[in-house]
Amino acid sequence: MQVPILKQGSYLIASIQSSLTDSDLCQLRDALVGQVGRFRARGVIIDVTPLDVMDSFAVRTLRDLAHMTRLRGSETVIVGIQPEVAFAMVQLGLTLRGISTALDLEEGLAFLDSRTDEAHGRD
Amino acid sequence: MAETEILVPIDSEVDIISARRHGRDLARSAGFSLGDQTVIATAVSEIARNILMYAKRGEVRFRVVNDGDRCGLIVVAADRGPGIADVDLALQEGHSTAGGLGLGLPGARRLMDDFEIVTAVGEGTAITMRKWRGK
Repeated sequence: MQVPILKQGSYLIASIQSSLTDSDLCQLRDALVGQVGRFRARGVIIDVTPLDVMDSFAVRTLRDLAHMTRLRGSETVIVGIQPEVAFAMVQLGLTLRGISTALDLEEGLAFLDSRTDEAHGRD
Repeated sequence: MAETEILVPIDSEVDIISARRHGRDLARSAGFSLGDQTVIATAVSEIARNILMYAKRGEVRFRVVNDGDRCGLIVVAADRGPGIADVDLALQEGHSTAGGLGLGLPGARRLMDDFEIVTAVGEGTAITMRKWRGK
């Protein structure tokens, strides 16, 4: 299950469509870290709205992804964590420390605009 | 409710997704809240991955039990892998011998109401965990 990655202005948007295997998650991480360079992206949004479980592997992979893209000069924001998923994550002891999150795609774009000062870079 | 047992073999990554989906479906049909369904699915995900990482293969079994006016969902994760030499250490947060976050077992234990490990080195591991349905 490949995750489609869209380019919007100077941002990359990865919209997860359904449950992902561990390999799918690693593939997404590698693809985004590569595409940040190819498209000279200033920001990355990962929409996890359809994910009904965020376990320790998913969190670790997304955390690694955010840190890797930051090392490449691009800010990552994770959007769409569902309320019950947030509840289970906290109970499990998982945090996304050091990683930006936003409620949804719209808020994620606004956040990146404020961080990268690129509001004029997209329609 | 009739006591049916669902068995999900764990042999590859997609089986982790299959196991948590079965756990969630059973929890939903037994009347667990969306929050508890998610908590159960997350705990199942952790222990199913543990099977794959340490034992390569095994199985996860689910069943619903009724105890008086209480209803619970029992998850048993069993494998014939290497076993756990030091259970206390394996249950310590941040401890991992496979390069993970070390949250698998302690995390699953925190998510569920009851959690029990039976293991023998060289023979395998059976983890039984239970979540009671909220009133």
